[in-house]
Amino acid sequence: MRRLHFHPCGNYKESYADELALFGTDFGRVWAIVGVVLLFGAVPFISSPYILYVLNITGIAAIAALGLNILIGFTGQISLGHGAFFGVGAYAGAILATTCGLPFWVSVPGAGIITALVGMVFGAPSGRLKGLYLTIATLAGQFIIEYILVHWESLTKGTMGIMLPAASLFGLELNSDLRFFYVIFASLLAMTLVASNLMRTRYGRAFIAIRDNDRAAEGMGIPIFFYKLLSFAVSSFYAGLAGALWAYYMRSISTEPFTLGLSVEYIAMVIIGGLGSIPGSIFGAVFITGLNEGLRFVTDAMMNFPGLSGFGLNMASLREFAFGLAIVLFILLEPKGLAELWRIVRSTFRLWPFSY
Amino acid sequence: MEFFLQLLINGLSIGLLYGLSALGFVMIFKSSSVLNFAHGQLLAIGAFFFLVLVSWLQVPVALAFLITLAGSFVLGFTVERIFLRPLIGESLIFVIMLTVGLASMFKGLLLFFFGGNLQTYPDFLPAWLALQMGNIYVAPVYVASSLMGGIFLLLFGLFFKYSPQGIFMRSVADNQTAAMSLGVHVKKVFALSWAIASLVAAMSGIVLGIINGINVHEISSIGLKVFPVVILGGLDSIGGAIIGGIIIGLLETFTSGYISPSLRDVIPYIVLVVILLIKPYGLFGLVEIERV
Repeated sequence: MRRLHFHPCGNYKESYADELALFGTDFGRVWAIVGVVLLFGAVPFISSPYILYVLNITGIAAIAALGLNILIGFTGQISLGHGAFFGVGAYAGAILATTCGLPFWVSVPGAGIITALVGMVFGAPSGRLKGLYLTIATLAGQFIIEYILVHWESLTKGTMGIMLPAASLFGLELNSDLRFFYVIFASLLAMTLVASNLMRTRYGRAFIAIRDNDRAAEGMGIPIFFYKLLSFAVSSFYAGLAGALWAYYMRSISTEPFTLGLSVEYIAMVIIGGLGSIPGSIFGAVFITGLNEGLRFVTDAMMNFPGLSGFGLNMASLREFAFGLAIVLFILLEPKGLAELWRIVRSTFRLWPFSY
Repeated sequence: MEFFLQLLINGLSIGLLYGLSALGFVMIFKSSSVLNFAHGQLLAIGAFFFLVLVSWLQVPVALAFLITLAGSFVLGFTVERIFLRPLIGESLIFVIMLTVGLASMFKGLLLFFFGGNLQTYPDFLPAWLALQMGNIYVAPVYVASSLMGGIFLLLFGLFFKYSPQGIFMRSVADNQTAAMSLGVHVKKVFALSWAIASLVAAMSGIVLGIINGINVHEISSIGLKVFPVVILGGLDSIGGAIIGGIIIGLLETFTSGYISPSLRDVIPYIVLVVILLIKPYGLFGLVEIERV
């Protein structure tokens, strides 16, 4: 144990290795290990089935949000098509599982790779376009993918949807929320590690350089088209993986959920969590899923309450309002998102009692 | 041949509506470079405001129309003042997401007050506005909307060409820094352009409402159809918006008439991608050459 101490009050880093380290101190590493042990050892056993379900969909959303944050937060390319990529992943997973009959552990990463290829196709306009033109191109991508999912009936069965076989991993049937919890959160952990480490490599550095100034990046010898495409591919891989996990978890999929609204939800996660922050993506996923479930809970409660049921019916539309309000308030009041709030809370404790 | 002509007329009239809807969008983009995802909701708010005045409060149509225009002018001004002004100079993603957030706020509120059902205005257009050419029939609403579109286009042309405010707006669109150094009040111009855009949106919303009835989801989705229209016409060209709208409208009706009705909703976006790849600044947009 070299440096098992609290966070220092200033910036005392002496080498690039220090600067690049995943954890600033061993203290942070210990906390991370404690957190992971608690997550896998305690959380699933103390939560009710409903909470477990919410945790599972949060975990899946967090994987997709991580991918989108790599694209938007780190590479600076705004994509309005992430919901459609998630759908491509779900359908790719379902088709690999049913038509091709592949096992769970092949079809999920396979779906990720297929989605990465699709993402590269729709990321290709980034070679010529940037900024808002690229955003509009991805918007078009969203609608085109939606159309293909509905109308390529020989492959996707159109609006009928696809039923998936039960997933099994290492001979173990994944038939309960609890078992899925381990699969989902193990994937989330792995994908988080991949993302944080990616940002420490030359690829991640190139992404950040492109975000900060694409012309300067090109001038310094970074082939920006290659890295933009790579960023689209990585981000879509995350979306595809999350989509395939979602398809297996839900056991039946249809084309309905993968709309522009879903894309907007993912961008909201990334913004509310914090652009360009790996933990931020997870915070954002927790916040948005929590908000959705909380609002649904309130709406349902009002529907069942005598005298308020008519009002409760109208409340359903207020969910959309609250969702928009959350986005607007975060952008106006804390554009760096929950990650920044978390940093402020932490440094308040760290600098206590001289927190100025 | 008759089928073709009917499709042509339908396409032209739908296209004109798209063009009208896109006008306000272009106006905001032209002066403040904001991509407004809440434009469909602005259309819907105008349409519902008019509905409340005409059907619920029984205000005479002409007066209601004027009140709606004034109300939406104030709305646009307020939205810019409260939500957009703090974001001047912020990066693109925040501005885009702010308008996306506004869109769902507005939509939620509209659904809360009016529900998701289809509502219609009382019939107030005189029948003599209809056109009958041989076997081709043009409904009064289309004639009225063409007239209104024409009048507004003329008014805007004059406004931008001769009035001081219009010239300020053009100067800000051209070069913000230079305009500022010459004493143009840029923030005032932003506010004004939002106000005018909202006014135009309300007008288009009313026309849409007369033709298709008013439904929150329906009108909001027009707000997204605006994107292919403005990309085709050029993001910062007002005339381009109208012509882009007509081309997209024709494309939609001919696709659904001759190829497949289900392709109708996606063909504008396919065209959008193609145009972005070969001519990103559209037919009439200002070309900013940047070589990376």
